[in-house]
Amino acid sequence: MDIITAQGLIKDYNGFRAVSGIDFAISRGECFGFLGPNGAGKTTVMRIISCFMPPTGGSVSVFGRDVVRDPSGIKASIGIMPQDNNLDPDLNVTENLLVYARYFDIRNKDARRLAPVLLEFVELQDKATAKIDQLSGGMKHRLLLARALVNNPEILILDEPTTGLDPHSRRAVWEKLKHLKSRKTTLLLTTHYMEEAERLCDRVAIMDSGRIVAVDTPANLTARHGGNLEDVYLKLTGRSLAD
Amino acid sequence: MFRVWQRHWTVYTKLYKTSFALNFAEPALYLVAMGFGLGAFVQDIHGVPYVKFIAPGIIASSSMFAAVYECTYGTYIRMTFQKTFDAILATPVNLDDLVAGELAWGATKSVIFGITIMIVVALFGLVDSPLIVLAIPFIFLCGLIFAQLSVMFAAIVPGIDSFSYFYTLFMTPLFLFSGIFFPLDSMPRAVSQLALFTPLYHLVAICRAFSSGSLNGAAWSMVWIMVVVVLLAPFPFRLMRRRIIV
Repeated sequence: MDIITAQGLIKDYNGFRAVSGIDFAISRGECFGFLGPNGAGKTTVMRIISCFMPPTGGSVSVFGRDVVRDPSGIKASIGIMPQDNNLDPDLNVTENLLVYARYFDIRNKDARRLAPVLLEFVELQDKATAKIDQLSGGMKHRLLLARALVNNPEILILDEPTTGLDPHSRRAVWEKLKHLKSRKTTLLLTTHYMEEAERLCDRVAIMDSGRIVAVDTPANLTARHGGNLEDVYLKLTGRSLAD
Repeated sequence: MFRVWQRHWTVYTKLYKTSFALNFAEPALYLVAMGFGLGAFVQDIHGVPYVKFIAPGIIASSSMFAAVYECTYGTYIRMTFQKTFDAILATPVNLDDLVAGELAWGATKSVIFGITIMIVVALFGLVDSPLIVLAIPFIFLCGLIFAQLSVMFAAIVPGIDSFSYFYTLFMTPLFLFSGIFFPLDSMPRAVSQLALFTPLYHLVAICRAFSSGSLNGAAWSMVWIMVVVVLLAPFPFRLMRRRIIV
């Protein structure tokens, strides 16, 4: 069953067409990755699905709800892990989770029970009262992941979840994502790391200049085009760079 | 809206111990320097000792600055550097709720500062009438006006440095020409006429009237504040939507 669908999705910024009429459907429990060069439109697509901005044309629905008509209803059941740290620096680690839970109208009593569980899941239980600026980059990433899970989301949206992390931290994040996948959480991610896409994604969409140039499982893509996923990626994208 | 207000309240109650003393410091400095220093050379104004003349104005201006700091620098920092807005907008809270929360919090800060200074001024024996507490709802509403203007400005500035224009060209003249330190009838007619169109002038008039125990002369100011809150209402939302939703 499709949990996210887009039809003829178009997004313009001041006359520049960032996404030019794409269609895709993501099924429940799937891990779906968007690959593509910077500026290909991946983040724009993610931001439209996350109800941060409306499409210029076409339609996107999540849980069968339209992103323009019912953003709050959609956002109640998705978790978003942003590319940049936007933890609340005025609050400590646990308070970040508690205050975030309030935005979802989760009762304080429930949030207090949930926070230690989430911190343990991302292995930050020792940092419960630490200030945000005392955390390393990898810890902040993990806390962002924990925060994105506060509302027990059906869909988790991750924009470059491991960019800038050392190999240990990256593997730690992958482990958590695999665990979530085994719990049937739908995962939607963008990445520049082909290894990440191959390890995690059931299907990937390769984007270039606002269009989807291929959608399939990593195995099918490599079988059809030869080489590894990176070879496929290089073959299908970046024409505008080469011109 | 309440959730956003509540976030600010949580942060404030956590940090207030470090900043609360400063709430008093600046108004107290003005009161001592102008009231007692300058007041030693100035005779009574309209039969009121100088320090008592300026006291209600200090209540009004402190509450103004509280809302303005919160909704210029505070709002702008949360919106850009801290990306707090991005984090909140990823939840069921929508942009209108968020803006309403910023405005409500700005007005709340006005009330917190207004009441604090009211107590200080009362302890100095500079308030004649307990009616001064009736000024609190107007401090809230006028705080809302300042929050609206500040959020509107925060929504259109290209960078944080631009706030110096707001402070130099708008806040400082308001502070000086709203009848806090001298009655405006001593100024050229144009200045006193212009003051009628500014929010601080009306809040000073209300605080002064209530502090002296006579509500005469404050009625128009009360109406003015209520009307302006309503007139400004759509703009902070519209401008923030234009800035944030591309």
